Amino acid sequence: MKKAALKYVIFVAAALMVMYGMVNGEPETVAQKATKVCLECIGIG
Amino acid sequence: MDNKDIKKGMRKRKAVQFGFGLLQNAYIKGFLDKSIYSGRLKKLCVPGLNCHSCPGALGACPIGGLQSLFDGRRRQTGFYVLGWLAMAGILAGRFVCGWLCLFGLIQELLYMIPVPKITVPEKADRKLRYLKYVILALFVVVLPLAYRGGSGSGVPFFCKYICPAGTLEAGVPLVLLWDGMRGAVGGLFLWKSTLLVLTLAASMMIYRPFCRYICPLGAFYALFQKISFTRLALDKSRCIDCGRCTAVCKMGVNVTHDPNSAECIRCGECVSACPEKALHFGYDGRVRPADGEA
Repeated sequence: MKKAALKYVIFVAAALMVMYGMVNGEPETVAQKATKVCLECIGIG
Repeated sequence: MDNKDIKKGMRKRKAVQFGFGLLQNAYIKGFLDKSIYSGRLKKLCVPGLNCHSCPGALGACPIGGLQSLFDGRRRQTGFYVLGWLAMAGILAGRFVCGWLCLFGLIQELLYMIPVPKITVPEKADRKLRYLKYVILALFVVVLPLAYRGGSGSGVPFFCKYICPAGTLEAGVPLVLLWDGMRGAVGGLFLWKSTLLVLTLAASMMIYRPFCRYICPLGAFYALFQKISFTRLALDKSRCIDCGRCTAVCKMGVNVTHDPNSAECIRCGECVSACPEKALHFGYDGRVRPADGEA
């Protein structure tokens, strides 16, 4: 596949991945983790 | 172009880095109330490395978010974060590293401290650059997917054992602000603090060592560097091989040999340094038509 076409394919695939993730409730999971102090993330837990 | 142009370009980039760093950590109330932001913006990932446990953080860290999606208790794919990162990567490669990452800015500021600088030997540098890909694969993907903690929950291996940005932006402020947090400090915090101190000390002597050798986010964006929509273009008909572009590149890129190297953070200093205007950023890395041409 030509390089020029590949980047469009990747862009569309990435957009579809984001949409699939949204339908699958992934933004809520991200927010759930990000709205609490992650003790593990900061080296405490 | 002369040093004035390079400095002008650097000032512009620093302003963007500062502005974006402040914008993504603009929840001042978090520092005052000893809390973290819990609004809807936290569903969105910021493009650079920025710990979402920082009291000021308005968005989620993509690396932290990705690991939380790999928690085996939920049947989730990580596509939401991976897709978002792939979109940023395919648009402009490692542009995010050079312009929008707060931890990158912190390392750059430390490098401005006048202490003796170290040039990592080329052979070692070449090998160490692969380390960030190993960290991405192992600590962000494989281990969080494969290992389960005592309660069956996933473990964010990169955040827990490596990330110095999390320690600096969240660990240290929270320990300083919250009395309760101080009592919970143990061996892990000592380990992470040691890594942070080493990273900050190395940043004074080596330009952006974390970005060069460790950062999994930089490794991910680097995968798109040669095929992204916006790329660095070198007009060979204008290039006089003076070597100024390579000489000013602090990431150690041989610009004329490989203008879209995986190590390039697209800061644009080579573009400003070129006396013949042979370098520029353009769609698909296409060379701009010479003056007078259609």
